[in-house]
Amino acid sequence: MNSLTLIVCSLLYLSLLFLIAYWAEHRTHTRRSLVNNPYVYSLSLAVYCTAWTFYGSVGRAVSHGMQFLTVYIGPTLAAPLWWLILRKIIRICKAQRITSIADFISARYGKNRGLGVFVTGLCVAGIIPYISIQIKAIATSFSVLSGQAGNASEGLFLGDQAFYITLVLTIFTILFGARTLEATERHEGLVTAVAFESLVKLVAFVAVGLFVTFGLFNGPTDIFQQARAIPALRQQFTFGPGHTSGDWFWNILLSMVAVLFLPRQFQVAVVENTSEKHLDKAIWLFPLYLFVINIFVLPLAFGGHILLGDLPIDADNYVLALPVQYGREGLALLAYIGGFSAATSMIIVETIALSVMVSNNVVMPFLVSRSNWQNRFGAVSSTFVINIRRLTIVLFLVLAYIYYRTVSQQFSLVSVGLISFAAVAQFTPAIIGGIFWKEGNRAGARLGLYAGTAMWFYTLILPTLVPGLLPPTLLTEGPWGIGFLRPQNLFGQTDLEPLAQGIFWSLLVNVLGYLWGSINRPQSALEHNQAVLFVDIFRLSRSDESSVVWKGKVVVSELQRLLTTFFGADWANRVIERYTSRHAPATPTSYADARLVTYCEKLLAGAIGTASARTLVASIAKEETISVDEVIRILKTSQELLSVNRELKRKSTELEQMAQQLSEANERLQAADLNKAEFLSTITHEVRTPITSVRALAEILYDTPDMNDHSRQQFLGTIIRESERLTRLINQVLDLERFESGRLQLQLEPVLLRDIVRQAIDTIQQLIREKNISITVQHDIPPTPVRADHDRLMQVFINLLSNAVKFCEPNQGRIAVLTSADGPNLIVSITDNGVGIDPAYHELIFDKFYQLHHKTRDKPTGSGLGLAISRKIAELHGGSIRVESQLGQGATFTVRIPVD
Amino acid sequence: MLTVVIADDEPNILLSLEFLMKKEGHRVFIARDGAEAQELIDAEKPDLLLLDVMMPKMNGHELCRYVRAQPDLNHAKVIFLSARSKEADVQAGYEAGANLYIPKPFSTRDLVSRINQLMKPVG
Repeated sequence: MNSLTLIVCSLLYLSLLFLIAYWAEHRTHTRRSLVNNPYVYSLSLAVYCTAWTFYGSVGRAVSHGMQFLTVYIGPTLAAPLWWLILRKIIRICKAQRITSIADFISARYGKNRGLGVFVTGLCVAGIIPYISIQIKAIATSFSVLSGQAGNASEGLFLGDQAFYITLVLTIFTILFGARTLEATERHEGLVTAVAFESLVKLVAFVAVGLFVTFGLFNGPTDIFQQARAIPALRQQFTFGPGHTSGDWFWNILLSMVAVLFLPRQFQVAVVENTSEKHLDKAIWLFPLYLFVINIFVLPLAFGGHILLGDLPIDADNYVLALPVQYGREGLALLAYIGGFSAATSMIIVETIALSVMVSNNVVMPFLVSRSNWQNRFGAVSSTFVINIRRLTIVLFLVLAYIYYRTVSQQFSLVSVGLISFAAVAQFTPAIIGGIFWKEGNRAGARLGLYAGTAMWFYTLILPTLVPGLLPPTLLTEGPWGIGFLRPQNLFGQTDLEPLAQGIFWSLLVNVLGYLWGSINRPQSALEHNQAVLFVDIFRLSRSDESSVVWKGKVVVSELQRLLTTFFGADWANRVIERYTSRHAPATPTSYADARLVTYCEKLLAGAIGTASARTLVASIAKEETISVDEVIRILKTSQELLSVNRELKRKSTELEQMAQQLSEANERLQAADLNKAEFLSTITHEVRTPITSVRALAEILYDTPDMNDHSRQQFLGTIIRESERLTRLINQVLDLERFESGRLQLQLEPVLLRDIVRQAIDTIQQLIREKNISITVQHDIPPTPVRADHDRLMQVFINLLSNAVKFCEPNQGRIAVLTSADGPNLIVSITDNGVGIDPAYHELIFDKFYQLHHKTRDKPTGSGLGLAISRKIAELHGGSIRVESQLGQGATFTVRIPVD
Repeated sequence: MLTVVIADDEPNILLSLEFLMKKEGHRVFIARDGAEAQELIDAEKPDLLLLDVMMPKMNGHELCRYVRAQPDLNHAKVIFLSARSKEADVQAGYEAGANLYIPKPFSTRDLVSRINQLMKPVG
């Protein structure tokens, strides 16, 4: 295949990625996000599978047998633990606006700048070679396909295709990863493109696998039988001397943590995560992906070895070489694009993650700690941050390219990848300890990281410099001839292969350092605060109060100015306004309260990292020193508050369920009622009043164990009465909703109105007697049956009668009930001699929640819905209710029901 | 010890607030409507007022403005406790001169701690 075709195809493919990313971003802006679903999320996690998987697995299978599987078994075994670990990390990062692994560690250990810089440095040192082997993979695949095998890096700098590919990737990465500065640091276009690439590489690999297995051989059985005949292969697939379970164990452990803590994995799994729920599916989808992409590794390895074993072709290239050798150009191109996908997605995501780290954890903390930074950069800060990221992206890709040109030629894909894994594995004690162990502290994290990294360098990196920079005797006889210091056989151990023993020693000293430092060194107040916030995130994250440990004094306008520099004036104003109107008011010149300061700090942290944000806020704040005791007291208070809330919550489950029904009813009402907004706000108000009493009284009861019996009884009695009031209110709202939505059908049957009236009077007999009211009933017509709903009419009469009782003076009240007829209607009228109603209100009283305030001091005790419901019932019967009254002269309510 | 005037037309809320403030060791006077509250303000010169917004006879806003117009009540702090929690309501509360606007239902602990914060001597 000629080089031009390949270049055009590569560019076309990249353009397609551009389009996809652009389209996805567009959908995000129109609020139809593609990324917000578990499938895209799981696919994006598959950025884990790089060119190393795509090409290297086959090579590894040929040279090391089944061991290639360890890097997939690890994540698969660890996936169920994600629910425990990854979910917690995601929650913490969302709460604290953490945007990278360096930020995470720096934030956990007291927003420490040094740690952030160190972690970033280790990432860069560990990952650049890893990026460079991706470039190498692209270049190699290019030369295999274009028939220039073996001389990929020959020729001039400018004559090397890999250079141009690196260039194009740089542009792509900058366009989608470092275009604007946002407080969440999420890139939906990029994630979509990465998910798409995951699909492409899977399809391509499986396609080649199917072709080899069923096209070149007669199915898998055929391949395996032929492979058995080859001694070199047999030996690799038989456990014996040279294979130890220790190697397997350490490799699996390594990949378990790498899948979480590699910068690119952290980026897609945590920073780009849109919902914790997506984890539920990703926990099985991602392992499934790994399984599928590995199915054909062995058939390809064996098939390649059987068919191409005699040719000078590196086993890493079998995936491409097989279709090429057998003249399948289309398939070869597909395989090339698949490998290209695997490499580019890794390069892009990894570089972006690293650039965010460098800008937020190295450059910004350094700059903002200079006192005059704002004068110099104040006006252009957001552009400035972006430019730093762009610059680092260019720098890293150039470095990776140089590394590729100079060093990487002598290593296989897998070995470089594993050394990178081992670098990020050094973060494990600090992170896992950090989210589960409050006593883990900065001294421990530092000690562990430094020791682990030193050991990583000594056992894994030094040997790669032999024989170039260092003499081979270093490995065979040890430095200065000291045998037990041999990097690959430290302290004389010979059971593990070099990589496994490097992992073992580095993690061992790391964990020991972490434990020793944490146990023996003190923790500062800020550290302790962060430790509690991290470890107890699930208990605290619902509460705003969780992070109120800023005791500084900051003027609101200063905070606003700070936000403006990074996010623009409009956005900053909105944030401050929204916050102050919701929580606590503030004028530009007043001091911001602690929550506002913390909130702003978190927003800034999202854009420039936790340590920089802390320094910046501190620079405008007069921070008062805060003691450990104080921090603990504050945290305790907020925890107690939470436990009180839980207690109350348990007690009011029933009420909550009703509130739930109520809100469902509201939703239906909304559709029907034109005055819905007003109606809802009234209901809310009406519901809040009894809830306020219940909550206040219950909290006082809870907080006052030594309350005297009289008060206790009074409080409990009030709580019960208010709960009943709430129940009544909710039932009536539900009734009304059922009537208005037409969901309640009347149960029509022949009834006698006079019977219903009598039963209604019986029901409220108690009330009538209590107020000593006289009641008379008179029937002007003989008993006439009407078709009506007995229970509902009873509800109407009870409501009208109890209103009459309520508004009568005790001992002087008189109520007269009269049944009569008017043409086709039967009439029941109820007359009282109570306070009466001004004619101006005759219609209003039938409105929902309309309540008249009378001269009596008591607030009306009803729900304000009785008359509205009564009128509705009468209307459903084809009738009506009216009132006649003058203020101070009693009132007459007339119910009309048609006879037929 | 502070002199506190509480006004609310819900007797049960009065009950809880009165108990709470007495428990904190304050002198407490309660009113069931705005007019009654006004009399108490004149008579007792309170340091702190906890006011409902919607009350018969004289609403919370009017009361608050009245307090702000008394030269000898310069030091008095006014807290509104209201079931109306829309932004406009909160805004109106502050415009009437309140020091704090707390939506109902409220947490009693929160209320107490915010009162303590509010009443802390400046400096």
